[in-house]
Amino acid sequence: MTLTAKDVAEITRLLEASDFDELTLELDGLKLAVRRKGAAGPAALESTLAATPAAQPQAPENASSGEAPSTQSITAPLLGTFYRAPKPGAPPFVEVGSSVEEDTIVGIIEVMKLMNTVRAATRGRVVAVLAQDGALVEYGETLMRVSRAAEA
Amino acid sequence: MTLKRVLIANRGEIAVRIIRTCRRLGIETVLAASEADRDSMPARLADRTLCIGAARASDSYLNVSAILQAALAARADAIHPGYGFLSERPALAQACAEHGIIFIGPTAAQIESVGDKLRARAQAQGTQVPVLPGGALADTGHAVAVARRLGLPLLVKAVGGGGGRGMKRVERLAEVAQLVELAASEAGAAFGDARVYLERFVTHARHVEVQVLGDGEGDVIHLGERDCSIQRRYQKLIEETPAPGLPDSLRHGLHEAAVRFAQAMAYRGAGTVEFLVDPQRDEFYFLEMNARIQVEHPVTEAVTGVDLVAEQIAIASGEGLRLRQADVHWRGCAIECRVNAENPARDFAPSPGRVSSARWPAGDGIRVDTHIEPGAQVPPFYDSLLAKIITQGNERDTALERMWRAIASTRIEGVLTNLPLHSMLLANREFQAGGVDTGFLTRLLEGAPTSVEAQLG
Repeated sequence: MTLTAKDVAEITRLLEASDFDELTLELDGLKLAVRRKGAAGPAALESTLAATPAAQPQAPENASSGEAPSTQSITAPLLGTFYRAPKPGAPPFVEVGSSVEEDTIVGIIEVMKLMNTVRAATRGRVVAVLAQDGALVEYGETLMRVSRAAEA
Repeated sequence: MTLKRVLIANRGEIAVRIIRTCRRLGIETVLAASEADRDSMPARLADRTLCIGAARASDSYLNVSAILQAALAARADAIHPGYGFLSERPALAQACAEHGIIFIGPTAAQIESVGDKLRARAQAQGTQVPVLPGGALADTGHAVAVARRLGLPLLVKAVGGGGGRGMKRVERLAEVAQLVELAASEAGAAFGDARVYLERFVTHARHVEVQVLGDGEGDVIHLGERDCSIQRRYQKLIEETPAPGLPDSLRHGLHEAAVRFAQAMAYRGAGTVEFLVDPQRDEFYFLEMNARIQVEHPVTEAVTGVDLVAEQIAIASGEGLRLRQADVHWRGCAIECRVNAENPARDFAPSPGRVSSARWPAGDGIRVDTHIEPGAQVPPFYDSLLAKIITQGNERDTALERMWRAIASTRIEGVLTNLPLHSMLLANREFQAGGVDTGFLTRLLEGAPTSVEAQLG
């Protein structure tokens, strides 16, 4: 039994359209595991946050929301000044309610005059924007929450 | 200017140690921590902690722009780099200068000039500080000629850095070319600088270094020497002051040479000039200068009563030297044992993990510099230093005995440590007598493998 590239693409498409994060397919002599991008990452981060509430002010809120499985965090990939818009006065990249894809730009983090774009790295609908425009954000700090349930 | 807020760009015990002095001086501290150190003791002790990046050092403790951004955002007046990481990279000192932040350390140009070991060698020669016969290498073919001229055994050393990386011992002429190439590729990977040079190897030598303080304007004092001959693979394990059994003339010669070297470059801040001492010939040779606070600085503090971090801060604030040479007095002897999370039975491989329980020694003449408390994580990303235990006494024997008891009463569970190795060394007659050479520990471990292993259990 073999799988063609087309088969794999079809399986991936099925997973994308589903509510599942992970698919494992076992056929005789072949095992295929497909995981939604970012599915494991944010989950792992959340467990870290829950274990260390003192270090992360957002953690209790996230932990008590009870929606952890259906919402994901967009976290700061580096320490710097967070901007929600491409330039002062311009409309923000995303608002609460905006739909995002993995590669959607959701903000900018300025580090020593260098502008680094922040991408959603997940897909769904923005349900909360936690980081203030122009504020210092630390590495790993939650910038936004994205609901994946809204996407279905 | 008086510093109000200092950002500490480091981790572990040295971060804790810097925070303690800052607190005593009424200076606020901001810790720039990696993700792996968010819940560490220094993060808890600092007035504020900013997470600057992922656990990997290149993403955090070596990330100049993240550290500078954190300092600017936290409105820190100064950055203390500690040791290791960015402490001896000119880039951070340079970036601080460009952004109006005080770098607690020498100038970028001074870091650069002592960081290039060949330039430092030339500088030593220029100030009548003896160096070992040696020289630069143009190419591998040239190496054989240089080696023949210098005589064997030799050491191939990296121009761009120390710590044993890019260092190879040459015993036979036939091996020279091969070892030079090996050292060059190691040096290239470790320091981004593949240049190497040759230096005569002294088989039985002691490592003795001199602590200096400079005001940056040509005024330099010394705070005595430290003997760091207990080493394994160029990693220091036990340090002590004064260096036991040195003739006074040699001791004074070392002190004066170190001051001369630092003075010639108008060195700013705390620094250490390292020497090889040949005890058979009563001669010494310049090795290199470390432009930072050293791991083993507490032994100097223990006998002089000087807080070296406080002096670093005073110099950085523009107060200059608060001590004249005549104000420095030495009282007794001090010794330091580095407690590492490593497995002595497995060739001292790092032993990261979670420390389930930790009991450190306390008492007269005992100081412990550590960031380890029960529950602390020892991440696999950084060095394995858990603590430095320092003991002091009027006599060397008293300091040694206090150390023996201090080590015996230390209990660390959850990670393996080199504590058994320290007990074994402290019980060793030759070490107790004082003045062993840098090959002593290696010979001890190789010479009696069965008995050593039995003792290390």
